[in-house]
Amino acid sequence: MAYDYSKYLRNDKFPHIWCPGCSYGIALKSMIRAIASLGWEKDDIVVTSGIGCVNRMPGYMDFNTLHTTHGRSIAFATGVKLANPELKVIALGGDGDMTAIGGNHFIHACRRNIDITVFVFNNSIYGMTGAQYSPTTPRGAWATTAPYGMPESNFDVTELAIGSGASFVARSTSYHATHCEKMIKEALQHKGLSVVEIVSACPTGFGRKNKFKTPTSMLLDMKERGVNIKKAEQMSDEEMEGKYKIGVLHKEDRPEHIETYDAVVGLEKGV
Amino acid sequence: MAKKVDFMMGNHAVAEGAIYAGCKFFGGYPITPSSEVAERMAERLPKVGGRFIQMEDEIGAMASVIGASLAGAKSLTATSGPGFSLKQENLGYACLTEIPVVVVDVMRGGPSTGMPTGPSQSDIMQAKWGTHGDHPIIAVTPASVQEQFDETVRAFNLSEKYRCPVVVLTDAIIGQMMESITIPEPGEIEIVNRKMPTCKPEEYLPYDMSNYVNPLPPFGKGYRFHVTGLHYDETGFPTNDPVLHTKNTKRIIEKLEKSYDDIVKVEEFMTDDAEVLVFAIGVSARSAKHAVVEAREKGIKVGLVRPLTIWPFPEKHLEKILSQNKIKGIVVPEMNLGQMTLEIDKIARGRCEVEGLYSLMLDPILPADILEKIRRFA
Repeated sequence: MAYDYSKYLRNDKFPHIWCPGCSYGIALKSMIRAIASLGWEKDDIVVTSGIGCVNRMPGYMDFNTLHTTHGRSIAFATGVKLANPELKVIALGGDGDMTAIGGNHFIHACRRNIDITVFVFNNSIYGMTGAQYSPTTPRGAWATTAPYGMPESNFDVTELAIGSGASFVARSTSYHATHCEKMIKEALQHKGLSVVEIVSACPTGFGRKNKFKTPTSMLLDMKERGVNIKKAEQMSDEEMEGKYKIGVLHKEDRPEHIETYDAVVGLEKGV
Repeated sequence: MAKKVDFMMGNHAVAEGAIYAGCKFFGGYPITPSSEVAERMAERLPKVGGRFIQMEDEIGAMASVIGASLAGAKSLTATSGPGFSLKQENLGYACLTEIPVVVVDVMRGGPSTGMPTGPSQSDIMQAKWGTHGDHPIIAVTPASVQEQFDETVRAFNLSEKYRCPVVVLTDAIIGQMMESITIPEPGEIEIVNRKMPTCKPEEYLPYDMSNYVNPLPPFGKGYRFHVTGLHYDETGFPTNDPVLHTKNTKRIIEKLEKSYDDIVKVEEFMTDDAEVLVFAIGVSARSAKHAVVEAREKGIKVGLVRPLTIWPFPEKHLEKILSQNKIKGIVVPEMNLGQMTLEIDKIARGRCEVEGLYSLMLDPILPADILEKIRRFA
């Protein structure tokens, strides 16, 4: 029997705004399966987002949803969580949203280790504004603002998160839909700031002009290049050339921000 | 019972007013001359069950207070000119989405980094027009340490009542000086809380277009609504309909216009028989009052119009005096190059002279200088 997603969706808000071949629908389904498997109450979940294609996702999800300004998903989420730590707070955004205009909030949330789950949907491009390069666009790739090829170095979202102090960091792809669900579930269960980079496909903005003839070829590229971390550990640097690890890349127990804050300041609850 | 009288700094009085009003969250970023608001909140909030955070930047601070307000906490942030500039996009977000928050702007000399430790009144227009698009905003203008407290309480009340951000527009002198202050007992000043829905969750409309102010339940209470900075329909979901966009933009602006009498507070001092008016806010109003008293001693029929609400602009108050009295001139002392004067000119429509008295000198405008301007019309 087909999985019933409707319980967690605002079904009257469909059809969605995404282009044919966009992989966000696959990731949305992974997210819903992960949340459903945890048995969380919809009323307890808050999803925030910034600006861009993926940031329209919360509108389709039947939770408390907050579509904020460009780059500020985590900053709004920080206020929500501090005001009511009982809420389960998910902050999502795209690569431009989280690592360019919102980069400051991203690194500082990681440093604070506040109990928010961050999903970065990385499609290597600014899709909504018309395929401009982002901090994750690979060197040499075409973008409307890099007509001669991307001249800058790019961020590795997971390395940025680990370096900034996130206590749980994972990567998955839209091709690896069940793996993605597993990573999302683990991230949601983790106490502290968790980041999952979800490698995504933008056939319209990125694929067409970067030698991906079809949306399917972009998913197959994820299959080809996304190597499970266990397998990757047994591979040489040469074998890993052009590939990337998927799985839990970093996990540690570190004091969570609000618990620490409340203890340090001697918060008098219920005043 | 004897009243509790304190000797307190203006910025601390803002923090105490916020606590009195029920504020449970502060998100801020250090900036002179407002940092004492943050410092006091960091110390005080945990004692009343609230939380403080120093965010990574001004933009994040503004975002955090909106998020916290949506989760049900009355929220405050404080800044000065440059930080106020950075907050503007998210301030506009709160205006459109109708999220109650209070923003303190302790004005210093601008533009840019400007005069970090020097007082100024040059954010009057920024408070109204700093964020893009047509939008509603309320700004209150205290002129003493006591008013820093009282007006912050009023700011929270207005913010909750009208689901609208409120700016406490003060300056480096009022914020940093110390004066005696009486902290009212709990219950002495009425505290307003935002309206909660009484309908079933499935019937709840966060933006019912037939209401100026709709109930706003906190996230997590079963209403599961959507908030977006895109123009929205009555359910809160995005719409591209220009008719709805027009209707809703007018609705959020009209909600303040229709409640002018409740929102706009003005002290009218010796205006009954006045033939000359002085129009001033904040620290300039203190000098102005002094000058008015001196001029009266000399037999000049002058009065002071001192708005405690500068946005919406006290147009009706001024209009009433202009229509009842034969006003020869209005003197407008302000620590900028004429931001209020322009507004007053618009209202006077040539019926009297409007004479600005501007200063960027980082000292209060002197009563003697205001008196000299008054004499021109006597």
